[in-house]
Amino acid sequence: MTAAPLVSVRNLTKHFPVKGGVFRRTQGVVQAVDALAFDLLPGETLGVVGESGCGKSTMARLLMRLTEPDAGEVRFAGEAIGGRAGLSLRDLRRRMQMVFQDSYASLNPRLPVVMSVAYGPFAHGVRRAKALERAATLLEAVGLEPGLFAHRYPHQLSGGQRQRVNIARALAIEPRVVILDEAVSALDKSVAAQVLNLLVDLKERFRLTYLFISHDLGVVRYLSDRVLVMYLGKVVEVGPVAEVWAHPRHPYTRALLAAMPTMDPSRRTTEALVSGDPPNPINPPSGCRFRTRCRFAEEVCARREPPLSTLPDATDHTAACHMLAPDTGHSLAPAGGARESR
Amino acid sequence: MSDSTVLTLPSPEAALLLARRGRGYWKNVWARLREDKITIAVIVVLVAIILSAVLAPFLTPHDPLTTSVLKRLKPIGTEGHWLGTDEIGRDLWARMVYGGRLSLLCGVLPVAVALVVGGTLGVVAGFAGGVVNSAIMRSMDVLYAFPSILLAIAICGILGSGIGNTILALSVTFIPPLVRISEAVTTQVRSLDFVEAARASGSRTTLILRYHILNNVLGPILVYATSLISISIILASGLSFLGLGVTPPSAEWGLMLNNLRQAIWVNPLVAALPGAMIFLTSMCFNLTSDGIRQAMDVRL
Repeated sequence: MTAAPLVSVRNLTKHFPVKGGVFRRTQGVVQAVDALAFDLLPGETLGVVGESGCGKSTMARLLMRLTEPDAGEVRFAGEAIGGRAGLSLRDLRRRMQMVFQDSYASLNPRLPVVMSVAYGPFAHGVRRAKALERAATLLEAVGLEPGLFAHRYPHQLSGGQRQRVNIARALAIEPRVVILDEAVSALDKSVAAQVLNLLVDLKERFRLTYLFISHDLGVVRYLSDRVLVMYLGKVVEVGPVAEVWAHPRHPYTRALLAAMPTMDPSRRTTEALVSGDPPNPINPPSGCRFRTRCRFAEEVCARREPPLSTLPDATDHTAACHMLAPDTGHSLAPAGGARESR
Repeated sequence: MSDSTVLTLPSPEAALLLARRGRGYWKNVWARLREDKITIAVIVVLVAIILSAVLAPFLTPHDPLTTSVLKRLKPIGTEGHWLGTDEIGRDLWARMVYGGRLSLLCGVLPVAVALVVGGTLGVVAGFAGGVVNSAIMRSMDVLYAFPSILLAIAICGILGSGIGNTILALSVTFIPPLVRISEAVTTQVRSLDFVEAARASGSRTTLILRYHILNNVLGPILVYATSLISISIILASGLSFLGLGVTPPSAEWGLMLNNLRQAIWVNPLVAALPGAMIFLTSMCFNLTSDGIRQAMDVRL
């Protein structure tokens, strides 16, 4: 884990104002993504999990700059984005690409799929014939015979085939990072499995780095090297996927994993670890955002926000919880150093 | 590309060959159009109307302006005037074919001008959004405040009568509805994922407009525009009637319809002929554009 991060995100923040009333005044702010920080290492697959509405997709759009962030910094291979000295948006988008969830809406219904794939290189100045040639080879790479599929329109393809086209489209301008925003969530299980295997193959073949956003924990476990757990726009836990699955530390991660359906009757969950819905992100709880649903919440959780801190037994496993860091004032926190925490 | 990523491509020549094998887009459109018998028939009629206007001098020996006190309001089938004559004895067939010239001009040209101007403004407003959208749409709302015929009358009244001013007035009248339609469809298309994906591929705005927006919005805009052609012919005739558009004795269908109004009690069939031509022409334009749009729609 010593490699320099390919993408490093610091303090990334996006708040959406909620306007209403006659004069469209700002009546509240949805803190969709708040002070997000993480690194994406070259060659890895970072899984991002969390409930609906926790800011996963907003994060993806912020990384692609489809949405302008309010604050924060994203560096690509050490280079800042924007500004005079930084990487231009055009360059960023050549290095980072995205596959959307809705395979039908993300293809132009009036273009043959080969044109949709060729569009990226074409937009970057590759000659038309050359771009079409690359599109055809990429269609073949994602398992769609160009002779059969190149001149079909999106409505003539199945969901799985369309998502393959979207993957080919994302790869057409030779990116290094591909953001997969719920890329297989809308597909049947059997089709999703084929597309996942394809993603694994392509990653090896084109030496890609994936940011894999999903709410399907099983899929994340299968594909990811590391996993990042989000809750209400914040990172609550990051760590290697096996480590997090074996020893989830944050109460939210524990609840999330426990909520996973299991095939093993002896591991059947009989009680809910978390109840209720996530709180309204317009007015998130003070301190730790999870405290309203956490069984271990104490007074300190409302007062102070727990920072993301490295866990003592694993250097690459971090979590944001007062119970895990010493000297936080939480009754279950480990005793830190010489001092005794109450 | 400076990045270390290198694509290993499987047999590019073979792939290119395969990719090029698809049937051309226009060939597909033509194949679909040929299936549609109604559209083909309508196109034939429309071409006939246009040709008759263009070739008017070869279709009739009569001059459309020559009057005859003796042969007023003759019925259809009169010797020498097979479509009869109007209230001051001019040959109606001659006036119909010559009238087609001005009527088609008054019907098509204002709509074409409004389509270019209004369509551009609407697509820009829809695609840009924000302040640009508000500026364009609010200015259009100002034009909307006047009833369209009143607006045309006002413009013609200020500029004076004549065919050029009529066309200009009608163009201005048709711009607001076209802006509104184009803005609505563009806004709808703009928010779709494939436009986002095109943005995410680092593409320039002009290229996105050309490849992703225009081919998704032109169909509905064109169909709406052709529906304005008939309205345009009627409005032009209305302006002529008020002495603001085409001035008598010029042959123009709308003007003829107005002048023959009184004759409806004497010879109803003759009086109805210009109206029938306006109806037929506008129907042909509507059905043709609808048929072509369907043939061009790859999703059908």
